[in-house]
Amino acid sequence: MNYVALKMLFGDRAKYLMLLCGLTFAVMLIVQQGSIFWGLMMWSQASITNLNVPIWVTDPGIAQVDEVKPLADTAVDRVRSLDGVEWAVPLYKGLLRARLATGEYHQITLTGLESATLIGRPAEVQEGRFEDILQPDAVVLDQWAVERMGGPTVVRVGTIFELNDKLARVVAIAKTQKSFTNIPVVYTTYEGAMRYVPRERRILSYVLAKHKDGVPVEDVVQRIRTQTGLGAFTQEDFGFKTYMWVLVNTGIGINFGTTILLGFIVGMAIAGQTFYLFTIENLRQFGALKAMGASSFTLARMILLQAFTVGLTGYGVGIGLATVFGFLTAQGGNLPFAETWQLLLLVLVALLAICLVSASVSIIKLARLEPAIVFR
Amino acid sequence: MNDDSQPAAVRARGIVKSFGTGDTQITVLKGIDLDIYLGELLLLVGESGGGKTTLLSAIAGILDINEGNIDVLGVPLSALPANKRTRFRGQTMGFIYQQFNLLPALTAAENVAVPLLIQNIGRSEALRRARGMLNRVGLPDRTEFLPKNLSGGQQQRVAIARALVNEPRLLICDEPTAALDGPNGQKIMELLREVGRSPDRCVIVVTHDSRIFHFGDRMASLTDGRITNIERIQQEGTA
Ligand SMILES: Nc1ncnc2c1ncn2[C@@H]1O[C@H](COP(=O)(O)OP(=O)(O)O)[C@@H](O)[C@H]1O
Ligand SMILES: [Mg+2]
Repeated sequence: MNYVALKMLFGDRAKYLMLLCGLTFAVMLIVQQGSIFWGLMMWSQASITNLNVPIWVTDPGIAQVDEVKPLADTAVDRVRSLDGVEWAVPLYKGLLRARLATGEYHQITLTGLESATLIGRPAEVQEGRFEDILQPDAVVLDQWAVERMGGPTVVRVGTIFELNDKLARVVAIAKTQKSFTNIPVVYTTYEGAMRYVPRERRILSYVLAKHKDGVPVEDVVQRIRTQTGLGAFTQEDFGFKTYMWVLVNTGIGINFGTTILLGFIVGMAIAGQTFYLFTIENLRQFGALKAMGASSFTLARMILLQAFTVGLTGYGVGIGLATVFGFLTAQGGNLPFAETWQLLLLVLVALLAICLVSASVSIIKLARLEPAIVFR
Repeated sequence: MNDDSQPAAVRARGIVKSFGTGDTQITVLKGIDLDIYLGELLLLVGESGGGKTTLLSAIAGILDINEGNIDVLGVPLSALPANKRTRFRGQTMGFIYQQFNLLPALTAAENVAVPLLIQNIGRSEALRRARGMLNRVGLPDRTEFLPKNLSGGQQQRVAIARALVNEPRLLICDEPTAALDGPNGQKIMELLREVGRSPDRCVIVVTHDSRIFHFGDRMASLTDGRITNIERIQQEGTA
């Protein structure tokens, strides 16, 4: 009877396409919304992932990466001296005003990397050589900074601007993940940062560290916490902390979360509803089968087969379309769009669940169905 | 042909069936007694809305009755649990409806094969037997047609082939000619008599079409919820 079930499903092209469209739309909606949400969340961690180091040592009361709480200069040495720490370097991160030759002001994030190692430097460079950052007054921008500050005609390699009344010369353009706040990032060395930043008591923002090979990173993080009293996180935990902070403390969590939840519910309702309608429209055919001696069990199997067949097809097509959409709109990283396998798995599970639920409703309906309707 | 000493294939006693509850309750069957014998074609007549379909559904075991007993081939239907009753129906009964009720997505041969597929007979064997059956109802060249590409009379032939493919002992037909024009209705009744009727099978045909009355062996009249008259029909040339 599997054969009969599939023929019933595919036989009525129009109905099948309607059904498929409903499910595809639902999947697309959810995947697209979910990916954008996830993309936004990735952006919120960009200032962490762009540096890509295993351990972040912070002020113990830190809330998130963009809200810097400076550390005592001695923190670097204290971390270095601990067992299991392979290396530890200072990082400066702070907001400054840049003044372009045109007279325009821009707020920027200045990132100061330790000059000996340049640990935390972006993985990709679009233009120029990152190492030139070691030259006097040299800075490196990321591509978003170029965009925000007026485009390549205004800012490019060789451009000179002012940071706190001191000269900064662009020697390279790096390629990074866009960040949530979209404040332009200017890289310099740690020593360079000390030159640009107005004299404060403390200039050290974070200590970046790595665990020794063979020592579990969590152990080292724990050791840093207990022995220095500082905050310490793995890259993933700090990212998680940051995006949870964004979720809770900005409108994004509520706004986007609601949209996505609605998308999810609407999508799933559409999926369930369309399939339920499909069975209802075929009630007479199922009644005829029941009159001919098909057991409720057989009919249930047929309906499940139909539900999962159309469900998986809709899933495939929906994901395909959502991916194409994401590819087209998020090209170049300008829009947040991160289609992760976790999301795809979640949607698959939810879709199968909804197929199962609507199939069950139909099955119960069929089990109660008096096959006598076929005489009408 | 049938003397009353032969056991009835269908034996219905005291059947009562009501629909609805309270003020809106209507009692459609008010105590039906009816015997149907192997080898005969019994016509069940009565005015529209009189309960003929309801009685058929009860005999087929697809509608629960309020009172009474129905034995089919010696098996008390009401004593069977629902799943056994369904299986029993699939093995012993064939159905023909006014609206044909073919599955629109299946070809003629596939439609005819469905009762066999339900009995877990392999697809190629089921289709082979289905084609043979379509041959017997005069549609050897229409086996791969979809119902929508067949005329009403042809669709009803497919339905007859489907009803017979399982070799049922009981063939239940509800107004099989009502959706067809006069000549086509006559042909369908001829087919039911020739192919459907056999010594070890009984055929019940519900109709209110007087033009086909002469195809029956006996005629039972259902009036006001009761069988009011059963008469033997004189066959042309056999009197
Ligand atoms: N499922 C049902 N619920 C309520 N009333 C019904 C139902 N089935 C049949 N009836 C009523 O029972 C009566 C007999 O119907 P039916 O057996 O179809 O008559 P016939 O086949 O003789 O035209 C009608 O009045 C009809 O409205
Ligand atoms: Mg009727």
